[in-house]
Amino acid sequence: MSQKPVHELDAVVIRFAGDSGDGMQVTGDRFTSESAHFGNDIRTLPDFPAEIRAPAGTLAGVSSFQLHFAHLPVFTPGDATDVLVAMNPAALKANLSGLKPHGVIIANTGQFGDRNLEKAGYATNPLADGSLSAFQVFPVDISRLTETAVEGTGLNTRAVDRCKNFFALGLCLWMYSRPLEHTLAWIDSKFGKTPDVAEANRRALKAGYFYGETAEAFPVRYSVRAAALPAGLYRNISGNKALAYGFITAAHKLGVELFLGSYPITPASDILHELSAHKRFGVITMQAEDELAAVTAAIGASFGGALALTTTSGPGIALKSEAIALATMTELPLVVVDVQRGGPSTGLPTKTEQADLLQALFGRNSESPVPVIAASTPADCFEAAFEASRVAMQYMTPVMLLSDGYVANGSEPWRVPDVAAIPEVKLDYVPQGSVFKPYARDPHTLARPRVRIGTPGLEHRIGGLEKEHVTGNISYDPKNHERMVRLRHAKIAGIARELPKTELAGGDSGDVLLLGWGSTRGAIHGAGIRLREMGRKVSTTHLRWLNPLPSDLAEVFARFHMVVVPELNLGQLAFVLRGKTLRDVRSICKVQGQPFREQEIIDKVLELMADINVSPFVVDVLEGARALTHASLA
Amino acid sequence: MNTPMTANSDALPALTKKDFDAGVDVRWCPGCGDYAILAAVQKTMPSLGVPREKIVFVSGIGCSSRFPYYMNTYGFHTIHGRAPAIATGLKSYRPDLHVWVVTGDGDGLSIGGNHLMHAMRRNVDIKIMLFNNKIYGLTKGQYSPTSDVGTRTKSTPVGSIDTPFKPLSLAIGAGATFVARVGDTDAKLLPLILQAAHAHKGTAFIEILQNCPVFNDGAFDAVMDKKAKGDRQLQLEHGKPMLFAGGTRGVAWVRGKLDVVDVGEGKAAMADILVHDAHDPDPTVAFALAQWEHPAKPVPMGILRAVERPTYDGALRAQLREATDKGPADLQALVTGNDTWMVA
Repeated sequence: MSQKPVHELDAVVIRFAGDSGDGMQVTGDRFTSESAHFGNDIRTLPDFPAEIRAPAGTLAGVSSFQLHFAHLPVFTPGDATDVLVAMNPAALKANLSGLKPHGVIIANTGQFGDRNLEKAGYATNPLADGSLSAFQVFPVDISRLTETAVEGTGLNTRAVDRCKNFFALGLCLWMYSRPLEHTLAWIDSKFGKTPDVAEANRRALKAGYFYGETAEAFPVRYSVRAAALPAGLYRNISGNKALAYGFITAAHKLGVELFLGSYPITPASDILHELSAHKRFGVITMQAEDELAAVTAAIGASFGGALALTTTSGPGIALKSEAIALATMTELPLVVVDVQRGGPSTGLPTKTEQADLLQALFGRNSESPVPVIAASTPADCFEAAFEASRVAMQYMTPVMLLSDGYVANGSEPWRVPDVAAIPEVKLDYVPQGSVFKPYARDPHTLARPRVRIGTPGLEHRIGGLEKEHVTGNISYDPKNHERMVRLRHAKIAGIARELPKTELAGGDSGDVLLLGWGSTRGAIHGAGIRLREMGRKVSTTHLRWLNPLPSDLAEVFARFHMVVVPELNLGQLAFVLRGKTLRDVRSICKVQGQPFREQEIIDKVLELMADINVSPFVVDVLEGARALTHASLA
Repeated sequence: MNTPMTANSDALPALTKKDFDAGVDVRWCPGCGDYAILAAVQKTMPSLGVPREKIVFVSGIGCSSRFPYYMNTYGFHTIHGRAPAIATGLKSYRPDLHVWVVTGDGDGLSIGGNHLMHAMRRNVDIKIMLFNNKIYGLTKGQYSPTSDVGTRTKSTPVGSIDTPFKPLSLAIGAGATFVARVGDTDAKLLPLILQAAHAHKGTAFIEILQNCPVFNDGAFDAVMDKKAKGDRQLQLEHGKPMLFAGGTRGVAWVRGKLDVVDVGEGKAAMADILVHDAHDPDPTVAFALAQWEHPAKPVPMGILRAVERPTYDGALRAQLREATDKGPADLQALVTGNDTWMVA
């Protein structure tokens, strides 16, 4: 076999795109796993429609998976793609705008018939009409080649067709000099019960690989060297899975059992699925009749002593709000996970957004403060889950944990933690026989005492009515009410004592402080590095806790000429920060159901730095709306 | 029916009604049927042989839902309609506790209808007392989902127009395994029902006809009236023929329908009278009886249905046991997974 030349690259962004039934998520997952095994740094972006099987061949049905794999550290799934694998015309059309100039298109010509071209809105075949001359196009009849490869396995036409993603995968693995072994082993374990399907997928995979090796169309192959990650044992992990592991670990270290009450909702359901599979760790999961029952069942379990958890997305939070306030009033631990998605209402169920921040902070009746923590990357979900659980139990309070579709479904390499090294968290319980007042306060945390229900002599009643300080009896006394409102507030505000000093990437002072929260960390951090490389005095920082905020924030802000907050909403954190710090905070807003690209942040920061007198928030929003209107009219 | 006394009762110090009194001022309106129910519950609790600390009363919102505050047990006064869901979570996590739910016709059948229904479907081992006064009391007198058609209230000045729920039919339809009805002032039957509910393994649903002297006074007078109740109530006892009106009338199949017949010479024979079988797996008769209302029919009182079915909390625990029996859970192995690589 002739050896084709191999070109070294630092980083590659590849996007697999096809019909939602084409298996693009599997292809992406496998390529990710191979790249991770190889030692690359990786970030992924699965992007799929809400419909399970949207009409085949249409733009609405396009499902894609983007992977950034690199020799250098990467923080995002990549701004623009180097390689687009398009399994049909709709996949090409939907993803072409993200492709770099001279980028590679591998197109499955077998699906570029008249009917599919028409469905995608192409008047002529783009592979033939010269419209793709700015790119390197590799037309491959993946459909037919797959058919040939799996001939004789006895599969029907439909099943044969479903093997073509493995052909595409095999071709890409060859192109980036990746071995086949892991994927072959994976096929064996995944399709072990259907040997004919396993055999067909194996053949398709190898056929794709060998096609790359032999076909003259592909003159070179590429290689991306391993990244210099900190030493240790690694695995790939998605945000939802990391959350589940974080909660199981937290329950273990807290010495209690985990109870999850949940109702299926995209993109949070995977946490329910994952936790339901781990009963041997004492995890109790209840798929409730609705969001209200999911959270209240968790509150019932919390009253019984559990680490109580409920998981949902924005619309579910809206339904749970009253119950969360009950947990605030009765001062019972509860962790509420909001995997945010585009809204309002049903919105964009499978797309990402950060627009539930104000709902998390304020979306309950009256003065009902709730600590809010945000996970910033898939692997970070583990720690965020642990922290949320610890604070909920130690402070006897509901805690809101914000994730989003991007963090939940995205994945990254994770250095596997040494579970034994994670310290246990000791919880104090009121001992039997002691004088007990349900609403007495721990002098440090202001938490009320924790009672094991079932302890003789400690029988007491709690509820949603206002409590008398210390005794916990129902009280309508005006002064008592204000005292309790302030106590509940002070308890949550006091968590700030635990927060570390705000850490900055870049200088301790400068022109611009770029501050973010949640899933924007990668893009902000990456943009900060590049801005500094351009000689700009830009530092970046990221908030883990949104309530309470770190107490040194105003002081940190004072060291910068300008504070800029990129958010996937219309400036919700910026709104809060202005109120809390009295600093003018500028917004970079994006609400397209997609994460930030580094370049978008860089461009906007440079623009703001050039014209620092522009009124920030209002102009951003209006300009954004105007620009979109103009674009749609054009 | 199981006996209410449990085996471990000898080991317990004898508790009295007073031990279950929380010792706080009870704030229901004078004459409210809730007082009688509270007294009956406090009086019955010592006979259950359960230590006080193992009992939890959970309620939602409404007049009836203040109940837990007056019981010297563990208690949770929650939010409107959610008591069955909270009780489900509590019982699932803590099967050692005896969980009682107190709800009303508004709380349980309107805002919390879904949770009530699903608790009964799941057969969670909780005991639900639904105080039915056919009115909203705490919000000052609006009609409720059990109010008769034509009920005039501030929100229905020319009469309500929607058909009321029949709580027992709803319970049987939802698959409840224990379904009973009793009047608030029936000091004889109420303790028996409470004891039987406690002894039942699974969701027990008890409709308690409760008088609201302020907003719906006398709603059940016709049925509860001491002199008339013999004619107007059908007192059900398992294994006994369904007779009322001093044995002169009974329940029989008439042309394929359950109906009331006169008993005696030249009338229906005793052999035609149905014998009440609370344990009948077929819910047909229980459902038919649950439809009966005054004045067209006598109102069935007592235990309509008491059947066995695996409980939700029991099955949940069994799955957990099965999983944990397979050996110690290795948290490190879970977190590590089986697809790893080393970076040197």
